[in-house]
Amino acid sequence: MRERDLATRVLEMAQRASPGAEIEATVDRHRLALTRFANSVIHQNVGEDTTVVRLRVHADGRTTAGSSTALDDTGLAALVKRTVEAVRIAPRDPGWPGLAPPADTGATPPVDAATAAASPADRAAVVRAFVDGAEGLETAGYCRTNHSSVAFANSAGQSVAGESTECGMAGIARQPLPDGIADGVARHAPRRLADLDGAALGARAAVKASASADPLELPPDRYEVVLESTAVADLLESLAAFGFNAKAVNDRRSFVRVGEAQFDPLITMVDDPLAAGLGFDTEGSPRQSLVLVDAGTTAGLTHDRRTAAEAGTESTGHGVGAGPWGPYARAAGFLSAGPPGPPASEVDGPAADASVAELLAGVERGVLVTDLWYTRVLDPRQLTVTGLTRNGVWLIEHGEITRPLRNFRFTQSYAQALMPGAVRGVGGTATQLPGDTYTASSPHWTAPALHLASWNFTGGASG
Amino acid sequence: MQNGSDLLWSDIMSEFDVASAAVQAALDAGATYADARVMQRRYESMVARNGEIEDLGQNGDAGVGVRALVGSGWGFFALPDLTDAAARTAGVTAAEIATASAQVSRGDIRLVESDPVTGSWANDIEVDPFEVSLADKGDLLAEATATMREHGADVAEGHYQIWETAKWFVSSDGHRINQRVREAGAGIMATAIGDGETQRRSYPAARGQYGTRGWELVRDLDLVGNAARVADEARALLSAPPCPSGETTLILGAEQMALQIHESVGHAIELDRILGWEAAYAGTSWLDLDQLGSLRYGSELMNITIDPTIPGALGSFGFDDEGTPAAGHDAVREGMWVGVLAGRDSASVAGLDYAGSVRCDGWARLPMVRMTNVGLEPGPHTLEEMIVATDDGIFMDTNRSWSIDDRRLNFQFGCEVGYEIKNGQLGRLLRNPTYTGIGPTFWRSMDMLSSETEPWGTPNCGKGQPGQIGHTGHPAAPARFRNVRVGVRA
Repeated sequence: MRERDLATRVLEMAQRASPGAEIEATVDRHRLALTRFANSVIHQNVGEDTTVVRLRVHADGRTTAGSSTALDDTGLAALVKRTVEAVRIAPRDPGWPGLAPPADTGATPPVDAATAAASPADRAAVVRAFVDGAEGLETAGYCRTNHSSVAFANSAGQSVAGESTECGMAGIARQPLPDGIADGVARHAPRRLADLDGAALGARAAVKASASADPLELPPDRYEVVLESTAVADLLESLAAFGFNAKAVNDRRSFVRVGEAQFDPLITMVDDPLAAGLGFDTEGSPRQSLVLVDAGTTAGLTHDRRTAAEAGTESTGHGVGAGPWGPYARAAGFLSAGPPGPPASEVDGPAADASVAELLAGVERGVLVTDLWYTRVLDPRQLTVTGLTRNGVWLIEHGEITRPLRNFRFTQSYAQALMPGAVRGVGGTATQLPGDTYTASSPHWTAPALHLASWNFTGGASG
Repeated sequence: MQNGSDLLWSDIMSEFDVASAAVQAALDAGATYADARVMQRRYESMVARNGEIEDLGQNGDAGVGVRALVGSGWGFFALPDLTDAAARTAGVTAAEIATASAQVSRGDIRLVESDPVTGSWANDIEVDPFEVSLADKGDLLAEATATMREHGADVAEGHYQIWETAKWFVSSDGHRINQRVREAGAGIMATAIGDGETQRRSYPAARGQYGTRGWELVRDLDLVGNAARVADEARALLSAPPCPSGETTLILGAEQMALQIHESVGHAIELDRILGWEAAYAGTSWLDLDQLGSLRYGSELMNITIDPTIPGALGSFGFDDEGTPAAGHDAVREGMWVGVLAGRDSASVAGLDYAGSVRCDGWARLPMVRMTNVGLEPGPHTLEEMIVATDDGIFMDTNRSWSIDDRRLNFQFGCEVGYEIKNGQLGRLLRNPTYTGIGPTFWRSMDMLSSETEPWGTPNCGKGQPGQIGHTGHPAAPARFRNVRVGVRA
């Protein structure tokens, strides 16, 4: 593997330049391609094949990290030279946690060769299917594939390498209304491109959009809600970043307290990074699958080496590299109510699938929410979030969807939304959903629908 | 070739050759138009927490990104390799991707005319931030964060970021442009943790202040000199009364005004959003091109310009990433919507004759419509005059949270600090101040605007898939708004 050889070489070069230093070398190659469509045509279609070498050196109590894309002898030598020179004059780093010791990594899924080799035409075909599946409505969205090859080596003897493939699609169908446009959405992030059914996703988005004509503006208030998996993904992302992130907990900015019954007993939350791809994190630590919430009781945190050292524990392999964020789960999910099985069957009407329809049946009067949008944390201590609904909202009466609603603004503590007694039902099946696309390797979430006792809608479409 | 950490400004011709080879390869592969950006980038950041340096990174990269138009489809491909062979591979692959795009296409793609510019540009700086020693930079952040801790901050954080970007742009229309852009910025933040909540104060903003300037920007901020005040205010907020709920007169400070402009004007006037190109992700816009020139966006005090020529502002450049020379024009004039942020293809679709607002986050990302410097021209008042003229209201400043809908209409913003205003004077400190509204209604209620403008920089504007981070500038001054809903609570 070229990446493993390169990581070893950079490590050896740095060791020669700075004998006795603690050194990490990482080589990250990603072949990312993303095809975007809007107004039912492909308008942006991009690809890259990028290899980045990262080097981190700790010597005499000081730490510096650097990276480069120059892989020839001159480029690697320049990276080593400037990083080693920088560490001599860098500020002191008393919190340095030391290097990851040699350790085996857990088993990860094999690379899907077809996804790794997916061509622009393959992605365009999935887009074509989505567009055609939307039955004449205008569509927009993306289809992406990524193949990552990563190698890590450190001066403590840890040397690991791995490959992963991933794919995802998200798209909307757009129904013109007299005073605007109603959108419906569908998303999926299966392991293989072959499992991405563009036609089915396009059809689902179109059904949602078509069912949104003549929406009612309901007054802001607290309503019982059913959040579909596409909305639940936002809860997972926020809980991962601001709740179970050990840096936030160490800093006392998180509401999470291990061992306490902070969630409804119906809630079990896990992070399964091994199912997602690489078996090690940016520090070379083995990634661990974690139970974060066990039947309502907070059970775990995500640690990197620095937060683990601060807390007197071990890294869970959730290091995400440089930056202020700290270690957070990127493959989190709520366990669904039912056993693992095939995806929930399609249903007529705007509910995403049969598992959502089952939850709706238990709602006397409430709101069905497809998606949450532009959510921002007002106070991390309560995980109070404001945001908006998007891509389809409906009124539920007597267990049935009765009419579409205009979008709401909400201001809601996610911690309170999931606290004991607040969860009335968890969907029978969970959906794999793509996360953001800001990194080559996208996070992904495994989300069932949730039936919650209350959601605080604080504004309507008109303010 | 040099990597991004070892820029050689004298080595211009070779990078032009790489870009030219990429463009020619795309044309040879069937493209009717192609452009290429060779970039060498250098980035350094440091994060301090509680008096200690937590993270120091020095990154460099270099590569070529090629955009090709084949028939009715665009393609883009990038490689981190500045050899002739790699450039040709990137050009050919971009054309292949464009060919695949044509599988799901409709109609022709045209570009508005652009003169085949040959030129160069670099921004002036006083102190090269890469020449300031790491020890000095670290001491600055360590002292500032230590001071905040001494003054009661439970978590004291500080950071700086500096960039140097060299670009060589070549297009099949004849452009041949090189630019060198240097940027810097920094900030500090104190968090106080109370019983069940956190409060924070930052200086000069949570994201910091940024510009196309050198280390002099950071030096002039005087982070250490402001550290004690910031920590004291964070602690004071824990015991302050909450912002009352209801409708009131609202005065916003300049930093929050920059955010208000960015979110509820800047993104709304992006032509790609107006045309639906971002519908599935970033969203669309409430603006309809049929109303360009006739829609009242705000009060007559509202004059918004798009101006990438402002010296030192974060969104400044000599040429955009399609080769269009930087030039200022109006977006809103005396409250009327008159202009957009546009690129050569989106302008053509919209029937406009100007572009100039296309930028990319490095060589590996597709150029797309982005804000440059979108700012509010100064008004006739001062902040003090606004407060004196207000019998009952609230003053808020320093953004803490921001959320706005996908049409850029319905917003809710939170600030770090609020003060009640009674009988023309600032009163009690208020915690958790938030306000919400609908963009045009809000802007039409602006009845006083300060002359005390400052070019705030936003270094973290997200857009696009794959995600791109944009650097934007927002000249802004304090302003007063009537009948605003404040104090939204969970």
